Amino acid sequence: MEPMKPKEPILEIRGVNKFFPGIKALDGVHLTIRAGEVHALIGENGAGKSTLVKILTGVYFPTSGEILLDGEPTEFKDALDAQSAGIAAIHQEASMFPDLSVTENIFMGHHLIHPVTKRIDWKSMKRHTRELLKRMELDISGDTLVKNLGVAQRHMVEIAKALSLDARVVIMDEPTSALTLREVEDLYKIVRQLKREGKAIIFISHKFDEIFEICDYYTVLRDGKYIGEGRVADSSVDTIIRMMVGRSLDQMFPKSDSLFGEVVLSVHHLSQTGFFRDVSFALRKGEILGFFGLIGAGRSEVMRTIFGIDRASHGYIELKGNKVSITNPRSAMKHGIAFVPEDRQNQGIILQMSITRNITLPQIHDIAKASVLNSSLENRIAREAGEQMEIKAAGYHVDADTLSGGNQQKVVLAKWLATHPEILILDEPTKGIDVATKAAVHEFVSSMASRGLAVILVSSELPEVMGMSDRIIVMHEGRITAQIEAKDGDTDEIMKAATGHEEEAV
Amino acid sequence: MTSAKSPLMGSGRLIDENSFKERMIVLFTKWETLLALLFVLEIVVFSNITPYFLDYFNLMNASFTFMEKAVMALPMIFVIMSGDIDISIASIIALVSFAMGYAAESGVDTAGLILIGLSVGTLAGMFNGFFITKLGMPAIAVTLATQSLFRGISQAVLEDHAYTTYPESFAFFGQGYVGDSLIPFELVLFLALAVIMGFILHKTTYGRQLYAIGNSKSAARFAGIYVDRVRFINFTLNGLFCGIAAILLTSRIGSTRPNIALNWDIETITLVVLGGVSIMGGRGTVPGVTVAIFLLGYLKFGMGLLNISAKIMIITTGVLLIIAVLLPNFLDLIKAKRKLRLQQVRQN
Amino acid sequence: MRQFTILRAAIARREISLIILIGTLLALVTMRAPMFLSTDNIQRIVNDTVILIMVSLGQLLVILTGGIDLSVGSIIAFSGMSASLINQAQPAIPAALILLVGVLVGTALGMVNGAIVAFGKVPPIITTLGTMSIFRGFTFVISKGQWVTAHEMSQSYMNLPHGDFLGLTNLIWWGVLVSIVMIYFSTYTRSGREVYAIGGNATAARFVGVSERKIKFMIFTVSGFLSGLAGVMWTARYAAAVNETATGFELQTVAACVIGGVSIAGGSGTVAGVILGGLFIGIINNALPVINLSPFYQMFIQGFIVLLAMLINTLADRRQEKMLLGRRRS
Repeated sequence: MEPMKPKEPILEIRGVNKFFPGIKALDGVHLTIRAGEVHALIGENGAGKSTLVKILTGVYFPTSGEILLDGEPTEFKDALDAQSAGIAAIHQEASMFPDLSVTENIFMGHHLIHPVTKRIDWKSMKRHTRELLKRMELDISGDTLVKNLGVAQRHMVEIAKALSLDARVVIMDEPTSALTLREVEDLYKIVRQLKREGKAIIFISHKFDEIFEICDYYTVLRDGKYIGEGRVADSSVDTIIRMMVGRSLDQMFPKSDSLFGEVVLSVHHLSQTGFFRDVSFALRKGEILGFFGLIGAGRSEVMRTIFGIDRASHGYIELKGNKVSITNPRSAMKHGIAFVPEDRQNQGIILQMSITRNITLPQIHDIAKASVLNSSLENRIAREAGEQMEIKAAGYHVDADTLSGGNQQKVVLAKWLATHPEILILDEPTKGIDVATKAAVHEFVSSMASRGLAVILVSSELPEVMGMSDRIIVMHEGRITAQIEAKDGDTDEIMKAATGHEEEAV
Repeated sequence: MTSAKSPLMGSGRLIDENSFKERMIVLFTKWETLLALLFVLEIVVFSNITPYFLDYFNLMNASFTFMEKAVMALPMIFVIMSGDIDISIASIIALVSFAMGYAAESGVDTAGLILIGLSVGTLAGMFNGFFITKLGMPAIAVTLATQSLFRGISQAVLEDHAYTTYPESFAFFGQGYVGDSLIPFELVLFLALAVIMGFILHKTTYGRQLYAIGNSKSAARFAGIYVDRVRFINFTLNGLFCGIAAILLTSRIGSTRPNIALNWDIETITLVVLGGVSIMGGRGTVPGVTVAIFLLGYLKFGMGLLNISAKIMIITTGVLLIIAVLLPNFLDLIKAKRKLRLQQVRQN
Repeated sequence: MRQFTILRAAIARREISLIILIGTLLALVTMRAPMFLSTDNIQRIVNDTVILIMVSLGQLLVILTGGIDLSVGSIIAFSGMSASLINQAQPAIPAALILLVGVLVGTALGMVNGAIVAFGKVPPIITTLGTMSIFRGFTFVISKGQWVTAHEMSQSYMNLPHGDFLGLTNLIWWGVLVSIVMIYFSTYTRSGREVYAIGGNATAARFVGVSERKIKFMIFTVSGFLSGLAGVMWTARYAAAVNETATGFELQTVAACVIGGVSIAGGSGTVAGVILGGLFIGIINNALPVINLSPFYQMFIQGFIVLLAMLINTLADRRQEKMLLGRRRS
């Protein structure tokens, strides 16, 4: 496609700030969106992309700054306001109604009303749905309840929903993270079609192949600040990465060469109906084993099973050569396993409890005599673990919800460090935290591994997995599709295995 | 706590937490403080209006009327704290009282009655706990059903009759005084139980687990806490304490009818919520609830002295319940706004 | 397509199994007492159950959003008492006008609930637990503790539910009207569908512009409206307005919903299910004397049935979940 001459922007954001208690989420952000353009919004997790999307869709109201629609200053009072202004978003988090049908999920908030009877026009809604699903080449019925759909199908329904709005600006928040390669191709087709129709697309991603494949223009955010923008065709991956992280990539991962010891954990043919099948691998002392895959590939489920949250339907686990039965997190902890879950806010930390109490929670039975808590011992344990992680806080008595995301994650790490584990499982440990803390987490993980801790690192960020791991296991649809030594790691090969293209080759 | 003077300072710090003003704000936005002040106010007002209020004998005897509910409120703190609810407790009382009455008719002695009372209550609580934690059914729905079920048993058998025959020694629990003093046994028992439950909640691993579960069931589970076991124990305790309350109540009124303790579940929950336990779980104290018990109990007594009708009392209870939740919401809003403003001032 | 049929079956299952259950129940009782299935008796059962169904439909809306309305019994008592007191004081005022006043009173009380929940952000269980006491207390206040009895009511007032139209009582026609409106509301209006959205996923609902406040305020208002209507009908039908009217009725309405397959967590449930759930309770209550069981068993049996209904719901959900998992990846 030949370069277009700059058109008048449809949507413009000028100097927008957004504060939350304790956090400055956006700090003077600019963004200019033109018709017929795919605009990449680039930034690491926690850079402020999601906040910006929420402001554009009327979910949040900016603390200060301007939003211009066709050059006119506007305010989106609520989601409906943004919708009627022609802005539609495909949200990253599951924003579906599980008990309702596909048709209704697509039309919720803008049900079609029959012009004569003034009631909901189910007939034309179903017809529209059929057409939309056909246009997207989706083989599902509009009457299917969403709770009965798979992850990828749900995501495509989300996209159909945005299309049904006939919006001028479509925001896609990491739309490919749960899709297979074939589905990604389908998505690209849809994006190109929208572009031809003169729509503006905001494409949020941190996968560079996607950005270079489909996007025309980009804006980079870092730590809630506007860093810069440019034409994709005129830029290189390196320049964008430098803008994104504030330094070049090879400094990012403090990988120390370590010698691996004995096998501490080996998993044999582990399966769980509906989630993963026949998963086998071994983990050695001092090793960092990366797990890569798309969302829904079953990685988290494997880890939850190892930690005793869920039960396996087949297979077994050996620790140092001894077959063990782990039926709940307590028994996993007794066997020296620690688990930092993906969903920090809900599973990792208790926001309304103090830092001290969060850190000591897994071992409250060890800091009590006849069930009575020993608070001086408790404070000491918390302080030791916390200081090792360099938690920044007004004091250890403050509630965790007053901390930044990065410091919260440090609390979670400190909490598990305090249990003196031999095996540390990290599920997306740097999701949604700032760059500095991210580096600190990486530093910490490497140093722990070099001191003999065995680490499993589950991550959806390929650079992180490749930079940190000694060995990488790739999963796709519940199965292991590749095991790769990190030093031989090849981005293409890993992506193919993760999206199911390499299945027969393994 | 020594950690307040921690050398670690950073992004989390927005306000000088050690200044006098800040400490006062923290103290006076504490629910327990507000309740205590309200209690003092209540005593001052009533004793100025009527000379019969501030009378040792009256105050002691008035406690009889609300001590059973007070006993029921204690384990309810645990239940609500961990994010559950139990609206079957008044019906457990009916069931226990029925079981004891039935046994007493057939000649069981006082010790036997106590044993029956405690075990029937405990079993009823375990019954609730089984459906809620083993089968994962919502607590509100299960206890709604058992509310009919438990009282229904008493009603099906007793119809419109009553049991009124109890051994003479059985009367002590609900009517007796400690030694030669004027202190009712019920009051002493409640205070002892409150101290024990307070200790468990605030000083032991069990209490810590309750706070964790109430704030986030899944985070608690990931930290190795047996969430369902703790919840099951809560419902069992609820049953046991209902057994105790049923013994006190049956002994005090000396009869069992199917409508005994009707609506007490709602009154008990009101006490707990008014005492500052968050209905969403994870927040609350035993002292707070204890103050609320006496606040409401003596409010009723005082209003009774002034011949204010029971209806006004019902209305007041309802209004207090709603305000008890509305006010903290409002206070939180003010706090959040203030924090945000401070932050903006700092950053601009 | 196969998947589609299975799902349709799953959706319809609750209503169909309830119809089968009700049929079986009727058959069993009729075997003991053939009179039970007479037209008169059926009409009596329906007539006895209409009030429960109307109020349960309001309860349905509240439960769909994940809440609960415990104050319906007190609203019934208050609005019924208000209407009866007006009738007692001014028998000349047309009954239709009194009905309107009673309904408006109920609606206003529902709005109080709605405002506290939607704008004060107080959880529905606490709000309605509180207003349950408050409204009941005010019932005593306006009545000064007195009753309004049959001979103090005008004939036209008592005719509100009893009147006959095309062979059915007015009360039944009211029930039919409310049911049709509710089916229409929950299927063919945006607001009706948004009720389901909020219970299913409140965050997602906000993303698509559903106003949680508006909907929550609305459903409590509707619940109040229906309770107000029920209050007038109740006092007129039983020709007595007492302060204890409809005590514990909230539990029956929740029971009708649970038996009708409404998920107490919100987001799923149908008007048809609740109507059938209400009928089921009505038949049981009417069948007790017929099978020589004293009415004192009513409470026990009701609790037992609700527990059983929930148990079946839970176990069925589990089985379905397992089936789906097995199909997804194997």
